This record gives sequence, C-alpha cells and structure tokens, in this order.
Amino acid sequence: MIAEPKNATTPRESSSPMMRAVDIEMYYGTQHALKNVSMDVAQNEVTALIGPSGCGKSTFLRLFNRMNDLIENVRIEGEITLDGKNIYDKSTDVVELRKKVGMIFQKSNPFPKSLYENVAYGPKVNGENNKARLDEIVERCLRKAALWEEVKDRLKASAYSLSGGQQQRLCIARAMAVDPEVILMDEPCSALDPIATQKIEDLIEELKHDFTIVIVTHNMQQAARVSDKTAFMWMGELIEFNNTKKIFTSPDKKMTEDYITGRFG
Amino acid sequence: MKKLFKSGDIFLWFTAATLGAIIMSVLGLLFVVSLNGVGVFWPASLAEISLKNGSRFIGEITVEENSESPRIQIKTGNRDIYGTDFKWLPSGEINSLSYPEDIMLVERREFGPFLGRLISVEEDGRTIASGNEAWNTLDNLTIRAQKLLEQKSKIEKYEIGSINSEIERLRLEIKRLKFYGELDSSRLNALDHAIGQKQNEYTSLQKTADDLAGRTSGLMATFSIADGTTKKIHLDKIIRFADPNRMGIFEKWFFYFSKVGEYLFDEPRESNMEGGVFPAIFGTVMMSLLMTIFVVPFGVVAALYLREYAHQGWLVQLIRIAVNNLAGVPSIVFGIFGLGFFVYACGGTLDHWLYPERLPSPTWGTGGILWASLTLSLLTVPVVIVATEEALTSVPKGVRDASLALGATKWQTTWKIVLPASTPGILTGMILAMARGAGEVAPLMITGVVKLAPNLPLDANFPFFHLDRKFMHLGFHIYDVGFQSPNVEAAKPMVFMTALLLITIVLLLNLTAIIIRARLRKKYQGSTF
Repeated sequence: MIAEPKNATTPRESSSPMMRAVDIEMYYGTQHALKNVSMDVAQNEVTALIGPSGCGKSTFLRLFNRMNDLIENVRIEGEITLDGKNIYDKSTDVVELRKKVGMIFQKSNPFPKSLYENVAYGPKVNGENNKARLDEIVERCLRKAALWEEVKDRLKASAYSLSGGQQQRLCIARAMAVDPEVILMDEPCSALDPIATQKIEDLIEELKHDFTIVIVTHNMQQAARVSDKTAFMWMGELIEFNNTKKIFTSPDKKMTEDYITGRFG
Repeated sequence: MKKLFKSGDIFLWFTAATLGAIIMSVLGLLFVVSLNGVGVFWPASLAEISLKNGSRFIGEITVEENSESPRIQIKTGNRDIYGTDFKWLPSGEINSLSYPEDIMLVERREFGPFLGRLISVEEDGRTIASGNEAWNTLDNLTIRAQKLLEQKSKIEKYEIGSINSEIERLRLEIKRLKFYGELDSSRLNALDHAIGQKQNEYTSLQKTADDLAGRTSGLMATFSIADGTTKKIHLDKIIRFADPNRMGIFEKWFFYFSKVGEYLFDEPRESNMEGGVFPAIFGTVMMSLLMTIFVVPFGVVAALYLREYAHQGWLVQLIRIAVNNLAGVPSIVFGIFGLGFFVYACGGTLDHWLYPERLPSPTWGTGGILWASLTLSLLTVPVVIVATEEALTSVPKGVRDASLALGATKWQTTWKIVLPASTPGILTGMILAMARGAGEVAPLMITGVVKLAPNLPLDANFPFFHLDRKFMHLGFHIYDVGFQSPNVEAAKPMVFMTALLLITIVLLLNLTAIIIRARLRKKYQGSTF
C-alpha cells in the first residue's frame, strides 16, 4: 500500500511535466472565476502562485486535487492532467487522486487526536494496520518535517498542545504520510511568525527533492526565496508564468512588474 | 440619563437580575423540597398534652398557628384508634404540655405509627415482663420475631417464588402443546406429574414458612395510649420502636439513618406510604438507562444523515422544523402513541408470533419497561438530534478538508474525525434527554408503570432481564403517594422525600455523563467543540 520512501539521489525523469492545466475555465454560479488558464507544473520543482487577493490563485490550486468538488454550483472546463491522465475524467477515483496530490492548508488543521494518530491517519484510512510499519511511517514523516526531535517523547500528546508552527509542520508530516507525488500548499505560512515561517521555508527547500510542490503565497519575498517557477495571476487570468528569477528581475509584462514592485495589489 | 442608557449598564443589570431570579427560584424549589424531605425520618420529640376539658393526647407538634384563634396541629399516629393521623388543638384550651420520657414510638406493619406507653410483654397469654424490664424483653423478642419473619419471607420470595415460576412454566408448556395439537396422554401425564411434585414441594415449604410465622404469633405487647386505654400489639407486626424523648443525639442519628436505609433499600408497605422505594429507584434508573441506550444511537444516526449527507434544501429544513416541533408535543400524546404502536401493535404482534398459546392473556402486548423506554426515547429523540446537529456543525471545515485531502472517503471522515470530535456535544444531548426522560410520568402511566410491581425487571431467574415486566417509577410514586393514597396528609412528607430522591438520582445520572464528557473534552483539548 505504502511505497518505499523515494530516494533523493535518483530523481524521477523530468522530461514531461508532472501536472498540467490546459485551458481551464471555471465558474462559481455565474461568476467567471478562472479564465483560460494553462500552466505546467514541473517535477521536483517548487511552483509559486502569486497575485492579489481574490485573483483565483487558491481556487486554481484546489483544482489540482479536486477539493473544489465539495463546493456546489461549480462548473469547470478544460483539463488538468497528472502523469498524462485527466483528473477530471469520469473514470478518475477522487480518493486515489487525493492520495497522490496532498494538500497543506492556510490555517493549520490537525485532527483532535494525538500527534501519532494525526500522522498515522492517512496510512490507516488507506488500509495500513501494521503497527511496526505505522511506527516507521510516523517517524520518517516527522523527521522529514523536521519535527521529530521536538516531539519524539510525546507522540501520544494532543496535537493541539503544539505551537502554531509545529502544528503546520505536523500537517506537512501528515500529508507526506500517504506518500503523495505532489503537495499543494495554500498560503502555509500566512498565520505564522517569521521564525516558524523560516522553518517551513527551509522544509520546502528540503521537500522538493522528494515531492513536486505548488505553493500559493501572498508574500512575494517568499515566492522569490522558495520557488523555481512563479505564476502571476490577476482577476482569474494567468498573466505571466516563468522562471522565478526572470519574473522577479525582468518580467515580460508591465502588470507583473507593477505588482512585484508594489504599485498595486 | 442618556449616557446611562448608552453605556448599557442598565441592561447589564437587567440581564443579571433575570439570571438571579431564575437561580433563586430553582434554589427555592430545591430548598423547599429538601427542607420538607430530609426531616421526614428524624425522630422528633413527642409531647403529651392535656386539655382543660380533661382529654389527653400524645403526638409530635407539626404546625403552630398564631392566627386570631391560635392552634397547634399534632401528629397523633394511632390511625386505627383515632381514624386520622393528625389533630388540631386550640392553644387556649391546653392545660399542660410535657415531654415525658416513657412515651414510645412504635412502627407497625399496618395503620402507621403507634404512640403510647409500654405496659407489659406477654407470651401465649401470660405476662413475662412488665415495668422497667419490659423494654429490654420487648427489644429481644422483637428481634427474634423479625428474624423468623425474615426467614419466612426469604422462603416465600426465593424458594416458593422459583417453584411458582416453574409450575407456571409447566402449565404454559401444557397449553403450548395443546395449542399445537402435540399433547398426547403420556406427555400430559408426565407434565401433570411434574406439576404435582412441584405442588407438594410448595405445600411443604409453605408449611415451613407458616410454622416460622406461628412461632411468633403468641408474642404480644400491651401499650396504653394517652387517655389510658390499653392496646395489644402482636410483636410480628412491629418493625421498630423507639423512645425519642429519651434518645441522645447519636441515637437519634442512628435511628434516622436506619430509616433512610430502609427507605432506600426496602420495598414499600401500606400502599406505598411507608417503607422503602427501592423498586421505584431501580425502575427509574433502569428505565432511564434503557431509554438512553435506545435514544442516543437513534438520534445520532438521524442527525448524521440530516447534517452530513442530506442535501441542505427546503425539505431538510422542513424536517428540521418538524423535529424541533416534536419536542413540543405533549408527553401524554407520546404515551398514547406508545400504547397504540409499541404495546398494542408491536407487542400484540409479538404475542401472536411467539406466544400464541398464552393468548388472550398478553405477554408483550401489555405495558412493560421496554415499551415505556421506547416511548420515552421517542419523546426525547428531538433533543439528541438537535444537540448532535449542533455538535456536527461546530466541527471545523478545516479538519474535514484535511481528512479528505489525505484520501479519506466522506464516510471515513465522518466516522473517524467528525463523530469523535462531536462526542462531547452528543453527550450534552444525552444529558438533556436523560434529564427530560427521568422526570417524565404521564406517558409511563399508560405504557407500563404500576403502583406496586411485585417483581423487579432484573432478577436471578432466567433470562435475567424481564423487559416485558411492569415496573415502578419515582415520578409516578410521587403522584401515587401524594394524590392517590388513603391518607394524603400523612403521606405528604414522603412525597417531598421522594421528590428529593428523584432529583438526586437525575443529578447523579447527569453527573456521570458530565464526567465522561469532561474526560472526552480533555482528550480533544484545545478544540473549540
């Protein structure tokens, strides 16, 4: 059920993009939320989505593991592929998809359970019941999330006893426990102080060896620091998508430059 | 003035005063009930009063009225002699009032308490003790008589009881075989023979029991009442006696607690006015627990569908309103529904399927603790549904999304995350339901509660739980003793005591649930639900 931990020294073939969004149109009722958005997410890279509030970046992010399915009156056109398969195809098993495409939320949301149970939850709902294997997964994921040393003596304690930053790292560990291919992060640091933010950013740097990451952020410095590629969105449109260096030094579009230099947004 | 209104202080005072008034009225109720209830068993001093016209009375002074014509009420006891338990005496007519030490209070199996003076003790017509030594002799002999009676009642209750149920079983077996046409003469003979044997056993046991009782029949005590006439009382009719005017404070407390013990653990006597209420306590607790077992899963499952799965449209809204309104339906209507649906429809059908040979006498088709609990669980299910829905709503969307994002299905999320997180809220619903259910009387009166149930719904005879049996209930006991007993005035203190007991039991049941809830909350510490 649970694959062996991926080895950072043998990265997956990166010739084709991991995920690809093609001509996405999305409507909330009558509101046109995303307009003709196309974007490739490359393997073992960090892709950042930036833009002013309400530009559709979070909405766009949630399309990648179909979290928008839970909202009523949503209509989606176009396609999003994972490993070449359209995830909006009728034959797609949403539960399987979400195992492959994990998500970290804006507000840390540990379950009202112990630390151990939080991390073990994913493997357990996916059928893993072997105690030894669960122990191994919990330790591995907590180590990867740089949380193990802080919590190894109190795995039975409530997740709510952790600080905000620790809770968010716990959520990252929890997401890793089902061994996803892609991790979506929806402003993971917006509720954290600078030190906790720093730790999460370091963690993202680490995780990119094993996972493909898409991160939505409000903080342009953060995007510049952690991402390899950056997409700038405005009013439901993808204005510019390029290497992060290029976007932050010599963007092609005037609007991108204005936003990055703080002239609006 | 304007500033006063603007600051809101005045409204703050208003809200505080309202809360205060509510608390005061609840405390006042508890105070009145406790005040009248806890003193019931206290051995009060007994006064001897002589009036100017020469008549004399002995009794406990219960009321002193200082109106235009002041008067006092005394509890004279001796119902068999005076016809009533109480007497009003005009204060102006009183010649003397004293508390002589030799006045005795005798509790009897019939006619309530007796107040008077001990003269002598007799065995088979001859006096064996009188004067000062009479007390000790009476004490010893009463204990002896009580022991014999205890043996007798033990034989009657357990040995004769099990023989009776065995005979009943054999009779039903004959009836059953006859009903299905399988009864041939050899089988009938065998069964008849078995019944005959059992009946012989019964006769000999009954003889043993009667012999035991016979050994006490010659023991008598002679008392004199206030006006000097004498009264003979059989010792086997005496439960306990005391001389309250001579007792020290410790003896009074001892007497008090022995009465409380009797009240809590014994069966009622004298059409429920004396003795204990154990069967009623047992019935109340068992009925409440059964009700809880039925109502919680039922309500939680309904709320789960309503909140988590149903499309939140006008239909669900309508159902929600209907559920809330169900809580406002008079409880007697639920009782009638229970009688019609559970007792007659379900119980009657069960009888036709399972015990056709016993008809027309019903087994399940008559009121019983199972049907009463089911009726009450219908009555309380809206409370559980509303509380559960509330609890489910308060589980943050974040943790649900997190679970789904990990590849859990909706059902796994509901079962493993949402439901555990809602348990404190569900328990709140359970507490409310229990409080409502335990105090309800009206629906029970037509679905299975009786004034006096000879057998508890749980005993040592197979299959141990007899959910078809009728039962006693404290709430009904209050109504019965307070309004249906032959001597309402004398029973009044018992009513208060029983009310106090019922409140205490509901409190204890709730406290248990509250402690469980607190534990669970601690487990989910830091969460907002």
